[in-house]
Amino acid sequence: MTDFWSFAMEHHAEILSATLEHVQLVAIAMFFAILIGVPLGMFIVQRPAPRAIALGIAGIFQTIPSLALFGFLIPIPFIGGVGQRTAIVALTVYALLPILRNTCVGLAAIDPAVLESAEAMGMTQRQILFRVRFPLGLAVILAGVRTATIITIGVATIAAAIGAGGLGTFIFRGVALVNDALLLAGAIPAALLAILADFLLGQLERRLRVI
Amino acid sequence: MPVAASAENMIEIRGVSWRANPHSSKEILVDVSLAVPGGTTLVLLGRSGSGKTTLLKLVNGMLRPSSGEVRVEGRSTQEWDGIQLRRRIGYVIQDAGLFPHFTVAQNVGLVPGLEKWPAAKIAARVEEMLRLVGLEPREFSARRPRELSGGQRQRVGVARALAADPPILLMDEPFGALDPVTRAELQREFRALAQRLEKTIVFVTHDLREAMLLASDIVLLEKGRLVANGKPPDFLGLRHPEVRAFAASLELNGATA
Repeated sequence: MTDFWSFAMEHHAEILSATLEHVQLVAIAMFFAILIGVPLGMFIVQRPAPRAIALGIAGIFQTIPSLALFGFLIPIPFIGGVGQRTAIVALTVYALLPILRNTCVGLAAIDPAVLESAEAMGMTQRQILFRVRFPLGLAVILAGVRTATIITIGVATIAAAIGAGGLGTFIFRGVALVNDALLLAGAIPAALLAILADFLLGQLERRLRVI
Repeated sequence: MPVAASAENMIEIRGVSWRANPHSSKEILVDVSLAVPGGTTLVLLGRSGSGKTTLLKLVNGMLRPSSGEVRVEGRSTQEWDGIQLRRRIGYVIQDAGLFPHFTVAQNVGLVPGLEKWPAAKIAARVEEMLRLVGLEPREFSARRPRELSGGQRQRVGVARALAADPPILLMDEPFGALDPVTRAELQREFRALAQRLEKTIVFVTHDLREAMLLASDIVLLEKGRLVANGKPPDFLGLRHPEVRAFAASLELNGATA
């Protein structure tokens, strides 16, 4: 640990910039995952066949080991190659399942009496989706975003393997050089990021819970 | 009231049967016919599973008849646009079904809002409706449904159903989940309200006492069939076994109460 502290003191600027790079990777991936996952979830929630297909595909991606997924993406044109862009695509794909699943669950698990009266009041299906299901399901959707964020912060350390930078850079170097101080310089900030994200999104989720 | 085609009937149900799906042999409703003249209250009485709620949902077009026809204001529900039809029909259910993320005022103003009334008109209407159901607007407008008692929630449910001034009101055991004292209170108030507003009302209950109190006409459903009907004082004298069964439950209630 003393090694780690002296390393951290000496290289705090590098650690900080790797942390920021890491946050950037996660933030961009989450942005796209939410942008795709939430509307897709809203679209499929009342369509059983597309829902099964979308959740199935998202589930399959989730089972591919992350290092392998990064590897698979490298040769693919446009989205592939070495660097940040490939990493963001892979991280987005990983974050999709929890968001998609929670969006479906959140929008579906609404008190039947509320849905019945919404329909009986003469609301259209679209109005019910946006003005009843969505606000009432928001806390559950956000719980999915929270899970996805924590997963992504962890998986993003592997992005260093394909040259995307971030805190994984220290971890890979630490493993290669059998150097605990280097390893911890990547692992500890990543863990702290995950804890912080979990806390902040948890607060937001509690605020959005209606009942 | 056997069906006599008449312009005065706000609601007419003609030979309606309903199954959950075309392949199912189990009919929830079997050849039901009845008519509700404007300004009267029809009570649908029956045990759980007798098809009362299904019949209500056929009136506002949430369900379509498997055979037969439902006419509202002289037009078949097949011809009505479902959304337009439902905005002309107030609906109150047992759990009120208030939107938990809306305030009381937002809940009551829902249908006027869907109908794109100007905001000032909605606000005035919401106040009027809350007063009508005995809730002081200043005290209740900003509350959420979870901050209300069961009886208050039902009052808001009634106010919401009346807000866009629909000619027809459908009520599905609206007072069923309330304690007996609150229930009796709301029943009395609602009867006075119904008489004053001259709405056409279809009211579902399994409580004969409630039916006797509120109904212009009572219709008894048993396993999806209309088995008896009559005006409140006469209804109790009918000889049909299901009427006798309900009458017996009333006597039992009277004896223990």
